[in-house]
Amino acid sequence: MESKVAYDNDLNLKATELRLGLPGTDDREEQTLFSARNNKRPLPDTSKECGSKKKSDAQHVDNETAPPTKAQIVGWPPIRSYRKNNLQPKKSDQAEVAGIYVKVSMDGAPYLRKIDLGIYQGYPELLKALESMFKFTIGEYSEREGYKGSEYAPTYEDKDGDWMLVGDVPWDMFMSSCKRLRIMKGSEARGLGCGV
Amino acid sequence: MNYFPDEVLEHVFDFVASHRDRNAVSLVCRLWHRVERLSRQRVFVGNCYALSPEILIARFPGLKSLTLKGKPHFADFNLVPHDWGGYVQPWIEALSNSRIGLEELRLKRMVVSDESLELLSRSLANFKSLVLVSCEGFTTVGLAAIAANCRFLRELDLQENEIDDHSGHWLSCFPDSCTSLISLNFACLKGEINLAALERLVARSPNLRSLRLNRAVPLETLQNILMRAPQLVDLGTGSYIHDPDSETYNKLKHTILKCKSIRNLSGFLEVAPRCLPAIYPICLNLTSLNLSYAAGIHGSELVKLIRRCAKLQRLWILDCIGDKGLEVVASTCKELQELRVFPSDVLGVGHAAVTENGLVAISAGCPKLHSLLYFCQQMTNAALIVVAKNCPNFIRFRLCILEPTKPDPVTMQPLDDGFGAIVQSCKHLRRLSLSGLLTDRVFLYIGMYAEQLEMLSVAFAGDSDKGMLYVLNGCKKLRKLEIRDCPYGDKALLTDVGKYETMRSLWMSSCEVTLGGCKTLAKEMPRLNVEIINEHDQMEIGSEEQRVEKMYLYRTLVGPRKDAPEFVWTL
Repeated sequence: MESKVAYDNDLNLKATELRLGLPGTDDREEQTLFSARNNKRPLPDTSKECGSKKKSDAQHVDNETAPPTKAQIVGWPPIRSYRKNNLQPKKSDQAEVAGIYVKVSMDGAPYLRKIDLGIYQGYPELLKALESMFKFTIGEYSEREGYKGSEYAPTYEDKDGDWMLVGDVPWDMFMSSCKRLRIMKGSEARGLGCGV
Repeated sequence: MNYFPDEVLEHVFDFVASHRDRNAVSLVCRLWHRVERLSRQRVFVGNCYALSPEILIARFPGLKSLTLKGKPHFADFNLVPHDWGGYVQPWIEALSNSRIGLEELRLKRMVVSDESLELLSRSLANFKSLVLVSCEGFTTVGLAAIAANCRFLRELDLQENEIDDHSGHWLSCFPDSCTSLISLNFACLKGEINLAALERLVARSPNLRSLRLNRAVPLETLQNILMRAPQLVDLGTGSYIHDPDSETYNKLKHTILKCKSIRNLSGFLEVAPRCLPAIYPICLNLTSLNLSYAAGIHGSELVKLIRRCAKLQRLWILDCIGDKGLEVVASTCKELQELRVFPSDVLGVGHAAVTENGLVAISAGCPKLHSLLYFCQQMTNAALIVVAKNCPNFIRFRLCILEPTKPDPVTMQPLDDGFGAIVQSCKHLRRLSLSGLLTDRVFLYIGMYAEQLEMLSVAFAGDSDKGMLYVLNGCKKLRKLEIRDCPYGDKALLTDVGKYETMRSLWMSSCEVTLGGCKTLAKEMPRLNVEIINEHDQMEIGSEEQRVEKMYLYRTLVGPRKDAPEFVWTL
């Protein structure tokens, strides 16, 4: 059940060598035989206990690195229960600080999403989040040409009901005037080049 | 040394302050042992079951300050059942029946009842300081007794305790004659507070240096308090919400300008970010900032605040600060020594907003960093290697990658090399917590390089018994080892049984140790208590091969404890 690196040799200098170079340069290194660890543990019969559910899930995995279901591990992540019980989530009942939730639609996507504009520091972070959420990429923003070179353009509906290109106005102004977002595709988007 | 009268020795020992040094002094010879114990005033007991109150009282008749710790560390994460133990009552009973004039009691992870608090308050005439951290079992009734009866109370510090709040009358129990308060922290109380009583108490406490309020104290009251106590050094705000255009807020802005001594700031349990500018003037003086419960401050507001805190030495923050926010910390807080980044999503099912990039930025910008607690989305070996090079001074390094057994996302390798670099570079490392995908190799490195390591926490790591053995063999100064969900079995447990008498305790849960293995250990080492926690009645007596779900062993002078509940078997 051991990893293939031979710990049994007394002077296994290679195994004990602490390389400060980047990892991944030695082909002999292997991932932990995750399955080996899983197979060692017999399945406890207390199915109601959260911890054992995690183990039974892992049992069925052979060589994938299947991490235990996060929500079901007792005592993980290791945060004091006082903190767990008392940390107010950001979107709580604070009179002055409602999260700035706006709908985000993307042309062609089956359903809309909602994001809290308040958690982003600025445009780059927001755009990165949108790219990640909808799995697309966006070009570089320029004042003259908008998001040139990409199939999509991020737009928003402002307080006046107009559809604007994301990125033209200062971030704070954008945050207070943005009512909803729409990721426009293709030909429609081209018409929103800024400054025209 | 025989030529010196005892008083001279005692005077010399006065300069020996740390517990370790005094313990060492007491081992030199009988004379030194006697002089030391008669003059010792402060005692630290890391495990309340390692000895009895009677032993303590007999040895240190001059005891003035006692620190006691009860439950194992993993009790913080709900791994130890309720009613496991850790009661302070026997200690308070014994102390109250003795001649000891205890003045200070500091408890961590213990069960404290109202009865205990009442007994304490009535029997210790000179009692001055009560500090309770992560304790439970008491209510505001017990606090009322402390307030009412401890005539010389200087410090009442309640940190992260679960307290049943039966209303805020306890504050009114401080008599008018009580003017000695230096430190008052009730931030963890959940209920209402008698605000008028609080203001009067502050007004008659000229020595008040530290005040941490709970959620029920509104901004108006904060304003009034700060007016009467501009000398505060440590402030924890309660609710920090108001209309920034109001008269009250305006007054607060002016009052805060007079509070030039504030160095520690915390709280903001509820917050309106638009009111934050009022505290900007004191930011430059801050050496310690705890925003780890301030979920309402995030994004640009948080960054704006941090940019003003150039002298910070300690920062506790939520991960919503993000990698970008940590870059701001790195460029602003050049004096930073301790950083804790907590997850804002406490269920751990979402995304932590920080990654290895934030940590690398911090390590580059804050070379004085020596203590770290970092909950993150992911970590790479490359990043850890850079961090190790930038910050060789780590004393405490605790990394928690939220997803267990997650490998380096770039190379898909285990994080052995990264942590290996940390232990090799940080020669003063005393505490280490591991996470992510790890093989036996990381433990080989730890055993080889972590010479000063005293506490190690391991979860979901390693491939075989060798991992645990590398650590037990290599880390000569190891005192506490806690392991969960690792494949270590009887061979690892039993290879070096003598080691456990050099340690305070060992915790193993969801590993491969068996009942037979634990019994063997208990038999060979009579001065250890080997406790099995049989939580759901899973264990059958007599079946030696069955796995033990939770085992906790510790060295002790007094044998099996008499207060163990039914589900705890001492083998």
